[in-house]
Amino acid sequence: MNMPALKTEPAVPLPAPTAEVLRFDAPKPDFFKSRVVPALGRAAVRVLPPLITLGLILTVWQVLCMKPGATLPSPSKIWSEAYELIIDPFFVAGPQDIGLGWRVLTSLQRVAIGYGFAGVIGILLGTLIGQSVWAMRGLDPIFQVLRTISPLAWLPISLAAFRDSQPSAIFVIFITSVWPIIINTAVGIRNIPQDYRNVAAVLRLNHLEFFYKVMIPSAAPYIFTGLRIGIGLSWLAIVAAEMLTGGVGIGFFIWDAWNSSRLSDIVVALVYIGLVGFVLDRLVAAVATFVTRGTAAN
Amino acid sequence: MTAYLKIDHVDKTFTRGSQETVVLKDITLSIERGEYVSIIGHSGCGKSTLLNIVAGLTRATIGGVLLEEREVNDPGPDRAVVFQNHSLLPWLTVYDNVRLAVDKVFSGSKSRAERDAWTMHNLDLVQMGHAKDKRPAEISGGMKQRVGLARALAMEPKVLLLDEPFGALDALTRAHLQDSVMGIHQKLGNTVLMITHDVDEAVLLSDRIVMMTNGPAARIGEVLEVPLARPRRRLEVASSPAYLKCRQRVLEFLYERHRFIEAA
Repeated sequence: MNMPALKTEPAVPLPAPTAEVLRFDAPKPDFFKSRVVPALGRAAVRVLPPLITLGLILTVWQVLCMKPGATLPSPSKIWSEAYELIIDPFFVAGPQDIGLGWRVLTSLQRVAIGYGFAGVIGILLGTLIGQSVWAMRGLDPIFQVLRTISPLAWLPISLAAFRDSQPSAIFVIFITSVWPIIINTAVGIRNIPQDYRNVAAVLRLNHLEFFYKVMIPSAAPYIFTGLRIGIGLSWLAIVAAEMLTGGVGIGFFIWDAWNSSRLSDIVVALVYIGLVGFVLDRLVAAVATFVTRGTAAN
Repeated sequence: MTAYLKIDHVDKTFTRGSQETVVLKDITLSIERGEYVSIIGHSGCGKSTLLNIVAGLTRATIGGVLLEEREVNDPGPDRAVVFQNHSLLPWLTVYDNVRLAVDKVFSGSKSRAERDAWTMHNLDLVQMGHAKDKRPAEISGGMKQRVGLARALAMEPKVLLLDEPFGALDALTRAHLQDSVMGIHQKLGNTVLMITHDVDEAVLLSDRIVMMTNGPAARIGEVLEVPLARPRRRLEVASSPAYLKCRQRVLEFLYERHRFIEAA
């Protein structure tokens, strides 16, 4: 490693140029041209195609729903009818007449609680199943059956148990999103390389240290796969649950709008749900990229 | 006579269903303090199983391992292992990989600053201090193995167990690392038990070479003393008659008397 550096000849100063050197001033790199234009170009490549597709879809929709007697509202009709809802998500005009932003936030709060429980309990149970053969034999078949049950099928049971709509909705979120977290965590734990277990054994890490210092980092990519599926499922479930339990959330808003035949409002709410779901998914994905950096072996 | 490390009549049988495979048969070996012992044999003869038994990662079916006259059954930092595939935790930096071991072993006896200094001392010992903030994925195979060695040395083990530590490296890097290990052994006087399948490596590094017969039911076939004075220099030693004689003996054992039939 410590090779003596080869001695090179001392640099001889070059003779000054005898002929006159012609200089051409290089054109100053224009900040706008060198930085802004390529950045705009890259952004355009990503933003333009979906915008064009969206435009096409809206046009077709508009054409289809424009004729008199159409069952669904056209985009222009939605715009004029639900203008207030679209423009101001955070208005408060009365106890039941509030902006969609508030409704989404209420739903998100329920999701946060239910999904939070699902995350903690899912990771712990998944660790148990991944680590212990007996826990796996005992619990895995039961989980495999339970996870196929539709979220809404749990609702009557949870309403009967909690006798209140708020905890019932939260329970439905929990029970929907906990399965993929359990299963993926278990797979991740089972896939911890024997090498890491040997290292932990030689160091005599206790159970808690092993859990924090080896298991969780090693299984993190799997755990986050589970968490990402879980957040998607819980956002799917909350809308359905709220439609049945009532209250304030975005799901109930759709049900309410349907009962008062405000189809335009429903379409706006659907757009909200889609966008929020997209953001949630990307959020978990971003956390995953941040947390699992450097976990790739070798 | 009581040895520092004693492998006492060890048998190892793997049972799968009703089928029993005897891997090791009646292995007895005594290692003195500060001695460098290599175990050589064809692949599949159970050398790694033997090392794992000494490390405590595998239990012997019959017999046991005594370290300073006390039986060892569980893995522990007094028998630190350098694994063949480095086994560094990829989410920790080079420094943190070693520090994890230092924190665990010296949590009660060294202060925070002392543990930091000890971590850096061991990284410098293997010439890896410069890469302390890198992650294992960002350094070469030889460097990873150096860090693995630093981690093992940092535990101040009574016995250092090397499981084909240079097996996955190219010849030049391997020679570099062998020189490093020789230097460290010279300086610290560790007791070392090394698994290898490289004859030159065994002769160059060891005080004694334990040659194992082919499995199943592998035994110790022959033990060879290497009468070369230390410190040994690769180039000088390689042409000395004693070196060539030892090399010849090991080669004869491996390729004439215990030729590996499956590999042929």
